[in-house]
Amino acid sequence: MSGEAAWEMVIGLEVHCELATATKLFCGCRNAFGDEPNVNVCPVCLGLPGSLPVLNAFAVELAMRIGTALHCEIRPSTFARKNYFYPDQAKDYQISQYDQPINTGGWLELPDGSRVGVTRAHMEEDTGKLTHVGAGGRINSAHHALVDYNRSGVPLVEIVSEPDIRSAGQAKAYAAELRGILVATGASDGRMEEGSMRVDANVSVRSFGTDSFGTRCEIKNLNSLRSLGRGIDYEAARQIALIESGERVVLETRHWDESAGRTESMRSKEEANDYRYFPEPDLVPLVPDAAWRERVRAGLGPMPADRRSALVAALGGSASEAEADQIRAVVDLGLDELVRAAVDGGAPAPLALARAANEVAAQSDAGLVLTPESFAALLALESGGQLSATQSKAVLGLLLERGGGDPSAVAEELGYEALGADFLAGVVAEVIAANPDEWARYVAGDDKLTGLFTKEVMQATAGKANGKEVAAELRRLRG
Amino acid sequence: MTDARALAAAVRAGERTAREVTEEALDAIAAGDGALHAFLLVTPDDARAQADLVDAAVTQGRDPGPLAGVPIALKDNLCTRGIPTTCGSKILEGWRPPYDATVVGLLRDAGAITVGKTNMDEFAMGSSTENSAYGPTLNPHDTGKVPGGSSGGSAASVAAGFTPLGLGSDTGGSIRQPAALCGVVGMKPTYGRVSRYGLVAFASSLDQIGPFATNVADAALLFDVLAGHDGRDSTSLSSKPELTVPGLEDGIDGIRVGVCRNLIDGCAPDVVARVQEAAETLAAAGATVEEIRVPEFAYGLSAYYLIAPAEASSNLARYDGVRYGLRVDGDDAAAMNTATRTAGFGAEVKRRIMLGTYALSAGYYDAYYVQAQRVRTLVMQAFDRAYGSIDVLLGATAPTTAFDLGAKVDDPMAMYMNDICTIPSNLAGHPALSIPFGTGVDGLPVGVQLLAPALEEALLFRVARVLEAAAPEGVRSP
Ligand SMILES: [Zn+2]
Repeated sequence: MSGEAAWEMVIGLEVHCELATATKLFCGCRNAFGDEPNVNVCPVCLGLPGSLPVLNAFAVELAMRIGTALHCEIRPSTFARKNYFYPDQAKDYQISQYDQPINTGGWLELPDGSRVGVTRAHMEEDTGKLTHVGAGGRINSAHHALVDYNRSGVPLVEIVSEPDIRSAGQAKAYAAELRGILVATGASDGRMEEGSMRVDANVSVRSFGTDSFGTRCEIKNLNSLRSLGRGIDYEAARQIALIESGERVVLETRHWDESAGRTESMRSKEEANDYRYFPEPDLVPLVPDAAWRERVRAGLGPMPADRRSALVAALGGSASEAEADQIRAVVDLGLDELVRAAVDGGAPAPLALARAANEVAAQSDAGLVLTPESFAALLALESGGQLSATQSKAVLGLLLERGGGDPSAVAEELGYEALGADFLAGVVAEVIAANPDEWARYVAGDDKLTGLFTKEVMQATAGKANGKEVAAELRRLRG
Repeated sequence: MTDARALAAAVRAGERTAREVTEEALDAIAAGDGALHAFLLVTPDDARAQADLVDAAVTQGRDPGPLAGVPIALKDNLCTRGIPTTCGSKILEGWRPPYDATVVGLLRDAGAITVGKTNMDEFAMGSSTENSAYGPTLNPHDTGKVPGGSSGGSAASVAAGFTPLGLGSDTGGSIRQPAALCGVVGMKPTYGRVSRYGLVAFASSLDQIGPFATNVADAALLFDVLAGHDGRDSTSLSSKPELTVPGLEDGIDGIRVGVCRNLIDGCAPDVVARVQEAAETLAAAGATVEEIRVPEFAYGLSAYYLIAPAEASSNLARYDGVRYGLRVDGDDAAAMNTATRTAGFGAEVKRRIMLGTYALSAGYYDAYYVQAQRVRTLVMQAFDRAYGSIDVLLGATAPTTAFDLGAKVDDPMAMYMNDICTIPSNLAGHPALSIPFGTGVDGLPVGVQLLAPALEEALLFRVARVLEAAAPEGVRSP
């Protein structure tokens, strides 16, 4: 037997999440992305002789939120030193939780109902950032390197999954769901492109039906969900091809090259560093008391899964596939509150969902939002027939630019005020008089001509007429 | 030189100016340190500027602090803003910290005048100050002898009368042993009692900053200035320290003293004799004295020489040539690291980095590092048992009086044995103190050591005060 159908992928993900704290993990420096190099530094995060770390309590709080949301046990924990030399490592060791992490043994449920185990979610500090200069910037040929320590000491939580994932699609779903949770807990902005969420994938393959694991490779540099999926599929295919040609998979770390679409060997794990972990003597054990754990639990808002369920309920208990996609998009972007508020305000749920998933979502990247009241009022105008779909979208665009406002006033500003029934009847009569042959065919039953008459009426009213009302008037005149 | 309290009192009362006192200390150093090499760097301008601030405070009627105008020597592993801090190593030559250690700030607030940075064994690794990359310090009592170490420069400065006070750090005895060999008072506080922020780390779980002084009361006053919580040191104790000065003269009636055989046996006979006399002195002053054995102390040395190097191997990794200090170029970053560290570290530092790296390595970690931590726990439990029936332990500080320069430099084990009596307190995090008590057959000072449970510094000083008052002969001025 041959071919990929005979093989099963076994995938575990390690997700590094930069915590959205104001300051770093062990000092008071600003935790910010994109500043001038080496401005957010101090003796502690530069690892200057004599400096000592002091744990950021809010980082602990965020780590506990993540653990709680992932159904982990929150335990007394300690920090350790992971020793290795690298220029981006200010102390030449990283302070990380090792054998006693704060969060252990949780799980994450994916939208399709499958569950992925979470082994641990522990705290550690980030390294600085190296830029290789000269000879094309490649690490092996660079003339020299510049180090930016702004990122040194930025708090991270590393979330390690069990090897429960069985496909690239499931891996992407896990990463997307986890990102939603990180954002929902306020722990992170979840931006993969800025590196605030970084995903490494441990991939191996095995024959279907076997219980043992194949030799795994760790894939790094997966900078988007798309890369994650492509990288895993490529790597699994590479391993299958190796095995089928009688070769062996080597335990190693591989680098995903997005433009070349392949993974490349970075270093063999056998020759990897001995990190010489030992307990960090400059920090004391971290023992969050029951009251703190309970405050964190009580303070957590609904997670993405709960919020998706709430929208399905708003739709009447079931959602089409298209609606399910819209729901995911709306929840991922945090627009579900807007939708629910509009529905509570009387707007039809499918319409509210569609406008939020499309028009509002398209602007949310630019940070444009509008108030729920404004959104609900607009949807009321559209569903009540006072505004056409096209008009509603145009009004919505202006409301988003302005962050809200009275949709009726905006419609009026655009000249969309609803036309009086008499005026509309007059325009329709004029259009019929100007097109006697078409009218005769329409009366004879050719409904397709509704479009022609509507278009003519629209032209005559500069788009102010409501299509539904025009059609109703035509039907009334036909008798 | 007058004692620190008398100087501070005179300055506070406006009878003397801090500037005058400072000039005297600077003159003494200029005249005498050529022969001793206690200082790696003297900072006259900085000292005068501090003195002028103190004098201005006095003139304006503001409180100049309890150590107003008192010159103090800082061990060169304490960070001083803008002032070179070398740790006695070539690898940090020329490095100027951008910040002050917490204790340096406390000294300034107390009106003390820091006059310079003192010599030390490189990164505090050694017991003779001969491991300094900048040459040894000589013992003020006999320049053919070592001053002890690693805080040999600060001990020598106080013993020579350059400064009434000095600061050292004690990881395995580095304050107490040079205090004993130089004939001054030296104290290692409870771990966490004095902030380590700005103390360049040797072994983080053992390091503690402490005072040198010519007498017990000065040491107690300096300790009271240094002790207290510091939010920048996570291992700093949050409890408010008890002041030690007020109870100094309360006596020791009813105090139970354990003369610890394991801190005496194996020491030179003249040292043993002084400890016995100290025990008799305490008994005569109203203490109950009994002999006690704590056999676990015998394992302290081996545990220490795994734990301290293990932590040091990690603490000293940052000296890689990337950010500060020495850089020796290489073909790539790793080669540069290697070349820098090869050139920048001395033999003893390299030995301990290798020892520690080995002790933490995969496959050896359990047998060495973990086992050493178990021994550390045993030593702590042994202390607890001993303190069930006694209040303070008495023993020797060092096995002998000051030894000849060069006598032990080629024999690391012989050098390590110097710490055998001092290490248990570091392992347990307890306070301990060395006080001069007579001399050996060679006429050199002998120090006896007092040990107490955590946070009992006041008790230590109180007992030491009794020994000081009854010392067989005042420590001969060098
Ligand atoms: Zn910082």
